[in-house]
Amino acid sequence: MTTGDDLAAMERLTVRSDQDVVRVRQLVRTLAVSVKLSLVDQTKLVTAASELARNTLVYGGGGTVEAGRVDNGRRSGIRIVFADQGPGIPDLDLALTDGYTTGGGLGLGLSGARRLVDEFDIDTVVGQGTTISVTKWCR
Amino acid sequence: MERVPVLKIGDILLVSIQIDMEDQVALQLQEDLADRIVATGCHGVIIDISALDIVDSFVGRTLATIASISRVLDAETVVVGMRPAVAITLVELGLSLPGIRTALNVELGMALLAQHRDLAFFHDDDEDDADEAVVTAS
Repeated sequence: MTTGDDLAAMERLTVRSDQDVVRVRQLVRTLAVSVKLSLVDQTKLVTAASELARNTLVYGGGGTVEAGRVDNGRRSGIRIVFADQGPGIPDLDLALTDGYTTGGGLGLGLSGARRLVDEFDIDTVVGQGTTISVTKWCR
Repeated sequence: MERVPVLKIGDILLVSIQIDMEDQVALQLQEDLADRIVATGCHGVIIDISALDIVDSFVGRTLATIASISRVLDAETVVVGMRPAVAITLVELGLSLPGIRTALNVELGMALLAQHRDLAFFHDDDEDDADEAVVTAS
């Protein structure tokens, strides 16, 4: 997946507040427009980024978001990496189930975001944190 | 923190969300609307989201909560102006907004509320003739 893709310089944002989640949405929107994602795909990517940035804040206790253009020789797209040093996810299968939540939300953030992107990789260690990488390719 | 204005037009409260809302702004809107419904006695709420280029699960949930709160306070909520790409994304996200009435624009939303009000007014009628009820009311 990640190997072989040509990754341009990533822009980095810190996520510590509600306002930062808005900034993540704005950055991802700008990037999505710059690689000419279709309107529906822009909407899907920005929505997924909003869900995951909020997770980084609410469940991960804050963290960082890096986003940039990616190229695999055939297509270009946008990759976004969300990282936190929070508690990690003990049961990943459960966390990816629609409707499961520990935070009082709808439990659609993680599972829903996965459906909205083309590639979704999650790396989590209990007690150390969670890193989620998503990619949306131009059609 | 920014705030979303709530406008009163006759028996309707109109909210047009024109900014990319922080979560706190959405929660504030929920409280402001509940207060305004009680203060004005309005029976309808229209939320225009035509300026929103995304609705994520948080905003979706807030809209659903606003609709529930309004109903308890004797007001009907209609969400209007959703963009096609937003509708596609919401459904794929898994959020179909159950319990929320929608209309394509503010005008149709107002018509829907007027119709709802007339039907509710004549709810006790044995003859359940909606057309007749509308005529009598006007």
